[in-house]
Amino acid sequence: MEIRLENLTKVFTDKTGKQTRAVDDLTVTIPSGKLVGLLGPSGCGKSTTLFMIAGLHQPTDGKIYFGEDDVTRLAPEKRGIGLVFQNYALYPHMTIRQNIMFPLENLNIKKKEADELVYEMAKLVGIEDQLDKKPSQLSGGQQQRVAIARALVKKPRVLLLDEPLSNLDARLRLQTREEIKRIQRETGITTIFVTHDQEEAMSISDQMVVLNFGVKQQMDAPQDMYNKPDNLFVAKFLGNPPINVIEGEVKKGKVQLLDGTVIGETKVADGSYIFGLRPEDFKVDDNGFNVDTTDIDHTGRDTMIRFMIGEKQLRALVDSESVEGKKTIKLAVKKNKIHIFDQETGNILS
Amino acid sequence: MKEFIRELRWTLRSKSHYIGVRINDFLERNHLRFFAHLPGWFKAIFFLLPAIVILGVFTFYPIFNSFLVSFYSGYNIVTGEFDGYTLIGNYVTVLSESGFRQAVLNTALIVFVSVPISIIVALFIAVAMNSIKPLKGFFQNMFFLPYVTNSIAIGLVFAFMFKGNTNDLFNLGLANQIVTWFGGTPVPWVGVGATYWSAMTVILIHGVWAGLAFKIIVFLSSIQGIDKQYYQAAQIDGASRNKQFRRITVPLISPMIFYILVTSIIGAFKTYSSIVAIINTSGIITTGANGQVNLKTIVFFIYEYLQETGRNGALSEAAAAAILLFLIIMVFTVIQLQVGKRRVHY
Repeated sequence: MEIRLENLTKVFTDKTGKQTRAVDDLTVTIPSGKLVGLLGPSGCGKSTTLFMIAGLHQPTDGKIYFGEDDVTRLAPEKRGIGLVFQNYALYPHMTIRQNIMFPLENLNIKKKEADELVYEMAKLVGIEDQLDKKPSQLSGGQQQRVAIARALVKKPRVLLLDEPLSNLDARLRLQTREEIKRIQRETGITTIFVTHDQEEAMSISDQMVVLNFGVKQQMDAPQDMYNKPDNLFVAKFLGNPPINVIEGEVKKGKVQLLDGTVIGETKVADGSYIFGLRPEDFKVDDNGFNVDTTDIDHTGRDTMIRFMIGEKQLRALVDSESVEGKKTIKLAVKKNKIHIFDQETGNILS
Repeated sequence: MKEFIRELRWTLRSKSHYIGVRINDFLERNHLRFFAHLPGWFKAIFFLLPAIVILGVFTFYPIFNSFLVSFYSGYNIVTGEFDGYTLIGNYVTVLSESGFRQAVLNTALIVFVSVPISIIVALFIAVAMNSIKPLKGFFQNMFFLPYVTNSIAIGLVFAFMFKGNTNDLFNLGLANQIVTWFGGTPVPWVGVGATYWSAMTVILIHGVWAGLAFKIIVFLSSIQGIDKQYYQAAQIDGASRNKQFRRITVPLISPMIFYILVTSIIGAFKTYSSIVAIINTSGIITTGANGQVNLKTIVFFIYEYLQETGRNGALSEAAAAAILLFLIIMVFTVIQLQVGKRRVHY
């Protein structure tokens, strides 16, 4: 099921009449059978978008299509969606079985058939031996699976996940995100998943949509987006440790930082720009610039060096062996790895 | 709510610590240091003493004493003398009085008709009030008014609304005016010529209405405490409004419904003042030459014994009737607690 959002806009008006554009003119096509991550900082409108797709929020403007059907004005239960809430919203007074069965009850499915479906779903998410417990007796990770089973049991056309991993501890998060990916592969269901964690989104999504202040910044496959960000916001948002952002200029095709260090060449016209340098795009090179190794972190295979260019602190991630025992090393930037952004718009130029 | 409780706990903890420090200072100053070394249970009782004394004098002793008095025979209230003891004599006297059986019947009707109706109505009003936005505060005040109004005053207003009869068409209450608009003949609801059921209807309507206020407030606040996400989840799961109410709202506030059920049943068993206000101070309506309708409740019946101060033994019978009421209430409360264990989702 392909999902198309056309010029989707949501304006919230508070009591004083102040308007907030939570989602602003969003046009996105989500391909059928893919796992798509909606990514952005808190308050960027990603959950609002999800809730509009679910039908729990009514858009102020724009259209939502599931395949060829316009579902913009359709009630949530008629859209054929499954939604997993951030805190799961399992009915606390029902057993796990009753929780998973609840959507089926409303479809008038025969008891025996419903029982089989519930078991099948419970087995898919691996909680078939917990069916007679109450949600409060389950761990966070198990509750999460129950929520997924409940969302999937009525065979929805679309699965929506709202920050599905944010309530889990680090270890369980890793395990569960693999689990989600597996379930999505097995069922082949079009899945939209909201997160503020770029690492999570990168590791799990087929496609990512980055939002900021309700405006779409970029949609691409994770690695493509990481390598070729459309603007400074996306570049800064993706990657850990984050990208180094430093001002400088281009003179006669040479990329020059403010203290005069030349770090590479470019075809961009002369002028002042903002440069983005990923920490891992530095390399040890005899033709590079001198860097003190006084402020370093060993992280095992790699070593992070913090150094100053003018007033600005930069981070570089290099091979541990090349740093060992040396007071200064020479660093250079790998070829074609300098991101150049317009100073005013933040859009990428190269 | 969670944060509030946490905050409250912290406040209490810091306050109690502060009080502890103050007490130690006080003991130090007055050379009472030894008090601090007394065992914990002793200190606990010492600090509870004011409450224990007041409860003991005004609650525990009277309960114990009425239990005792119910076994006296020929007890004289004025002199305090009595002839001897009887194990079940007073109880037999009370139980064999047709007035008592009628009072139990009247009370049971009030309990088992007005309480369930009032709970169901309150639940629907609370749900309705939760889903409206305009005039919410206004409606909340409207429904809460009965709670802060004197019950005798309410009863008198009810009596006034239901007054009037066929012979006096110019002096009809609101209920009879409505009856005449629809072409009916005015009914003597609670006055001379009333029937048992017409008077009981008025008492039941009063019971339902007077009980609404508190229930609505309790239900409304517990409904507002339900996480909105359950309803969103249920909506996506395709549950209708009606089903959301039955499967989510009711189970999630079932502890509150249960609490209201237990307390209202106990309260309804103790109905007294509304009968005085709506019917009259004798609890009996004359219906014709000789006929009369008895609308006394158990508490009313007990109270009448107490007024027979001239007769020896009346107080013992009153005590016996009170103990019987106590037993009835206890049995129903125990049954409810047992049922509640299976039906209430905490």
